[in-house]
Parts: sequence; C-alpha cells; structure tokens
Amino acid sequence: MAYQKVAIVGAGITKFVRRAQETGKELAFQASKMALDSCGMTIDDIESVSLGTAPDAFDGVHMKGEYLSDGSGGWRKPYMRQFVGGGTGVFAPIHGWLHVASGMFDTCLVVCSEKMSSCYPHPQGAFKTIFDHTTEQALDPTLIWIFALEMNRFMSTYGITKEEIAQVSVKNKKNAMDHPAAQLPMEITVDDVMNSETLAWPVNRLDISPASDGAAAIVLASEHASKRITDKPVWIDGVGWNLDTAYWATRDLSYPRYVEKAARMAYDMAGVVEPKREIEIAEPYDPFDYKELHHMEGLQLADRGKAVEMLLDGVTQRDGDRPMCPSGGALGVGNPIAATGLMKVIEIFLQLRGEAGKRQVPGSPRCGLAQAWGDLMQVGTVVVLRR
Amino acid sequence: MELDKKELGATHYKESALKEGKLLSLAKQPKLQYAWDNGPAIGRYLEELKEGRIIARKCNKCRRIMIPPRMFCELCWRPTDEWVYVKDTGKVNTFSICYVNWDASRIKKGDKPHLPAVIEIDGASEGMGILHVLGEVEPEKIKIGMKVKAAWKKPEEREGAITDILYFKPVRG
Repeated sequence: MAYQKVAIVGAGITKFVRRAQETGKELAFQASKMALDSCGMTIDDIESVSLGTAPDAFDGVHMKGEYLSDGSGGWRKPYMRQFVGGGTGVFAPIHGWLHVASGMFDTCLVVCSEKMSSCYPHPQGAFKTIFDHTTEQALDPTLIWIFALEMNRFMSTYGITKEEIAQVSVKNKKNAMDHPAAQLPMEITVDDVMNSETLAWPVNRLDISPASDGAAAIVLASEHASKRITDKPVWIDGVGWNLDTAYWATRDLSYPRYVEKAARMAYDMAGVVEPKREIEIAEPYDPFDYKELHHMEGLQLADRGKAVEMLLDGVTQRDGDRPMCPSGGALGVGNPIAATGLMKVIEIFLQLRGEAGKRQVPGSPRCGLAQAWGDLMQVGTVVVLRR
Repeated sequence: MELDKKELGATHYKESALKEGKLLSLAKQPKLQYAWDNGPAIGRYLEELKEGRIIARKCNKCRRIMIPPRMFCELCWRPTDEWVYVKDTGKVNTFSICYVNWDASRIKKGDKPHLPAVIEIDGASEGMGILHVLGEVEPEKIKIGMKVKAAWKKPEEREGAITDILYFKPVRG
C-alpha cells in the first residue's frame, strides 16, 4: 500500500505525580509546548491534532476530548480524541500516524493527558463501571481483581513464582531513578515487594503502578516535511492494534492473543520477520509487574512462559541484550493512563536517537517497539520505530 | 533533546494541602442513576437464576455453549440458535484473595477477604467462565481446578440477579 512515511520529530513530557496542581488542560499545554519547542515548531505549523485521554470518570468531566482540546492545540484544527482504556497512549500516535500516512496532513501533534487525582480520594472506584453492569458489578469488583485473577492463571500455567515476577518491579523502579519525570523511582529488593501490603493475592502493593497525573506529546511529520525540521527523524515503520471480546472470563488468561495480533500487524507492516532478533529494545506495558512478561510473550519477544527466564538471566536489564522498559515503565515513572503509553513511545524515540542520557542503552539500537494495553484486558496497541 | 536538561512541567502537591485548606479545590458528588435494560439474553439468564437454574445459549455453527448467554455469537458473528440449561457446578479457573474493597478502601480488621474467582461452568463449552466469588472455604485451601457448586439464596429471597447465587463452595467428598 502507498503510505506517506511518518517520522517522530519532537517530544515533550511533564513530570508524573500523584496530584498535580495543574489542570488536565494545563498539563496538556505544558507537554505540547515542550514537544513543539523541541523541534523548533509552533502551533501554526501543526495541521492536525490527535488527543488521547482515558475514562471521563476520572475527571468527572463529560466530553473530555472537547474539554482538553484547547490545551492540546486542537482548537480550529482537525482534531480527534482516541480512547481504548490503558491502550490509549499508543492508540493516539497510531491515529496520528493515520492522519499523516494517509496523505491528508503533513504534520500532526499527538497529545496524551491524564488527571486521575480529580477522582477523590482515590480513582479506583471509577474503574468499577468497566465491569458488566448486570452480571459483574453486583459482585462489587475492584479493578485489581482482574489483574490478580490473570496473574494467578499466568503463574500457575507456567509454574512462575511471585518472587520471580517481583524482579520486574525491582528492575523498573530502579530504571526510573534516571528518569526526570519519574513518580516512584526507588531501589528496592524482591523482599520489599513480597513484604509490601497484600492487596489481592497474588498482587502486593509494590507489584502495581501508582495512580498519576501527567501528560506527554510528540510531533509527527511526513518525510518531506520532516527534512525541514530535523536531521534525526525516528520513523514509525509499523502500527498494529487489536481488540478481543469483553467476555474476559471466557478467554485464556495466560496468554494475550490480541497483543499477538496487534504485534503481527505492526511487524508485517515494518517487515520485521524475527522479532526476537530484530526488536532490540522495547517498552511493553507494565501497569503490574507480571504484565511486562505477559506482554513480551504476546509480542513474540519471548516464547510462552519463557519471558521470566530472560528476566532472571538479566537479558531485560538496561545493559542487557534486550532491554525492557529502560524508562522505568509504568511501575517506576508512573501511570497517568493515556500518557503512560506515549511516555513509552518517547523513550524509544530518545533511545534510538541516542538522547536518553543516563538511561541510554548500549549498542546504539536501530529498531524498537512500544506497546500499551487496556480496556477489560482486551486491547493491544503496538508501534515499531526505526531510525 | 535530553529530558535531563529540560525543565519539566507538573507541580506535585500533597493531599494534606487540600485537607488543611492551603490549596483550594471544589468537591462535588454527582448523583447519577441508571436503569439498565437487560435485553433478551441476560433477561432470560436472570429469570432462570431466580428459579435456581443457570441457562446458556448455543451457536450451532461453532457449537459453543456460551455463558453468560448472548443472542449473537461474537466469533461466528451470527445469531445464536438455542437455549441450553447448564449445571450449577464447575471448577475454579483462577482466583484471588482480596483485602481491598471496590473503592480501594481496605476491608475491616478481622473481616474475611473477598474471594473472587473465574468459575468454568459444567455443561458449557470448555473454558467458558463467569466472574463470581467463593465461600465456605478457607482461603489457603483454594486451588485452581477445584470443583465447586453454587450456594443459592432461598427461593423467596431471590430477585433475578447474579447475586441470587451467594457464592460457589467446594464440592465435598
């Protein structure tokens, strides 16, 4: 198919914090302004805007897309809001890619802003309404249930222990020590994770990413437009997204088939034949520590049940052969739902440009991947990036 | 560009600043109410629960017997064909021992933890599970694969809801 090639040419991000004084609009403006400044552009150079933001219930503001449009630079422009729960942060740049790849526009500003703290005292309750209102909500579920149920199934299918999985949390929170936006950077041990409060066995407090406020933004440009903007473009060579049924209790919880489908779509487009060899660095979505392993398998970066071996062998450390979540991930940098996925795209962008500073992985990688996931454990969103 | 060399936005504040009035905010609790229509599939499911039975729908193309019942098969993407009663027994596909309430508050000290589980219902197709909770079992004795049976509310107390099944309990013997 004839697509315009699409490059990422600029990026911006706010700090990720539990409670931000700024409104969601103001966070969106800060990240967007930083992204445009980073590549010497102004809002007048932007032809279209793709906004990602997760449930309206967090903010208590209906039509959140419209609410955030001014801060995102979307007023009086072709503007579109994307929302697939936790998958939104990679879904929004996929839509930005569609805007430019189609030839409709030469530039697109992609903005993801999330303010979870408005749901007070805790946004957890807002998640109750993602469950089926008649057959599930009457049981008073909390969001952690589905993660705990999936984690238990994943562990028991492959004989993986909580201690092993805890090493993902240890790694990612440590990686976040070098990320200037990070909310929960810390040096902890497996024992710290095991001894943290049990919320819903097998999930402990330190197995989970925090609730966060924050925003991120990137600037996309067509090939010919990018030449006027930067000599270090990072190309979006593959995009993939896939949704499974919301009857989540009838699925094989040990394996995310929809993530596999999304990844294969992106790999086919990018001409990636052997993902294990060709994807040199990745940011799989890690709202809970086991999810990093679960997603590595869905992404075909590890065989089923074997991602844990790569973790234990140190292969996924920042200085390992296949770094996973070198940013610090949702576990370490924080998890302002939609902004998290875009933070991961930005990390791969910076790593491929050799601009990740203290977080820079060795070996000058040329090809990387960012992935997000969400809704009722049913959506996978993937981008493959190359320099 | 390197992030380390930039001034990043977002100004953190502590919750105590709100409580002490150092930072102003507006607190409102919207009172929305809904009446959700069940549709023919879940409507019949609930009617049968009131009678102490569990009913499923069958697709004659993929031959899956599906629970909760649905009027269309999401895999074959065609209407489903017939009603099929399934058993009120099953096995535990996965479970959790949960000390947190739906709103992130913690259960009271001494209260029993919530025991959510995915139950694969006997008579439905392999792997067809529903979300429910376990009861009459010590948390440490729960095992994946364990056989369980529905504990029903008394007939006169049933109202046509998923909670007409109080919980699933281990099958003795």
